[in-house]
Amino acid sequence: MDVIVVFLIICGLIFFTGGAVGILRFPDFYSRLHPAGKLDTGGALLIMVALALFNLHHFSLSTLLTGFKIILIVVFVFLSSPTAIHGIVDAGVRAGLGPWTKKND
Amino acid sequence: MKAQAQGKAIHHEPARESDSRPVVPSHGTARSLLSYAMAFFILFCLWVILSGKFDLFHLSLGVISCLMVTLFSKDLLFPEPRTAGSFAIWIRFIRYIPWLLYQIFMANLHVLYLVFHPKMMDLIDPQIFRLQSSLKGDLALVTFANSITLTPGTITVYVSIDGTFTVHALDKQSREGLPGEMERRIAKAFGEE
Amino acid sequence: MDTFFLGCGLYLSFLMVLSLYRAVFGPTVLDRLIGVNAIGSKTAVLLILIGLIYHRVDMFVDIALAYAMLNFIAVLAASRYFQKRKGLFGE
Repeated sequence: MDVIVVFLIICGLIFFTGGAVGILRFPDFYSRLHPAGKLDTGGALLIMVALALFNLHHFSLSTLLTGFKIILIVVFVFLSSPTAIHGIVDAGVRAGLGPWTKKND
Repeated sequence: MKAQAQGKAIHHEPARESDSRPVVPSHGTARSLLSYAMAFFILFCLWVILSGKFDLFHLSLGVISCLMVTLFSKDLLFPEPRTAGSFAIWIRFIRYIPWLLYQIFMANLHVLYLVFHPKMMDLIDPQIFRLQSSLKGDLALVTFANSITLTPGTITVYVSIDGTFTVHALDKQSREGLPGEMERRIAKAFGEE
Repeated sequence: MDTFFLGCGLYLSFLMVLSLYRAVFGPTVLDRLIGVNAIGSKTAVLLILIGLIYHRVDMFVDIALAYAMLNFIAVLAASRYFQKRKGLFGE
């Protein structure tokens, strides 16, 4: 059980690392949104599921409820993260920022 | 783009109101009752998980407050009774989720490969393009937009009501695979074949 | 296992410092917003980790839920606010 938890947490931390490095490395703000939107969501999913599994070690009603709450956070992140990303993209388009392309580099 | 969107919204709102009003009383009472029940069920599950107490006092408080919220927000959670009414849609939608999780995992690996590649600037080719979708319902459009944002290298920039998606894609590979299998699966899940 | 969680928490804080670079020195306002969003989504995970370290998960999970909602609403409100402003290019 502990092996699965550690494996999932390390996968999630790799995803989070990719998100942070991608935010630093990509050339313009549209492409920076890709790691911020996807890798952070995936990393949050993996780590939260791992923590919920670890929390269910001592099985009782209260730990079951805590596990459900953690799953609730995951569902909320899955609904809200694309919406937040869409809001930021929409603000950029309406402010008139053009995307970075290969030709004008 | 803003003026266009507002114009469309203004033109669209009254049309839908006048559409839905004769439909709901004629043959939709059972279905709208079912959508009330669905909203109540979701709210009550949230109440039980968040409160964590199972005695009679807390449960009855939960029933009363969930009933009140359901009555207040009847057109907020499920504006069309059709989509909430049939259980088949919910079951097919739940069967769509594991495939979406698998796609999200593959998407994460792809973006991770791009992020850590030393010659990242040569690999990426960001572009904004449009695609026409054949989906109709509001819930199907929202699901498709969120799925596009969560899967390989693509972000939805703008969705118009008639199903035109403006999408920002990170590289060529993700641009080619877009209007393919995902749209078919969502159309199947929401019964819009 | 506590030591492992502590290491994970420290590593997450390090990643938050990396994202803070984009939030402070970002060329446009929207870049800073992306940095803030990334920090917020890491904080929700970090709160649950802290709860596991202190053995009080049932309390910290509520804080994490509230923080995730607050992060979402803050990003949405800020992006709605800044889309009225032209000239986000230079500063």
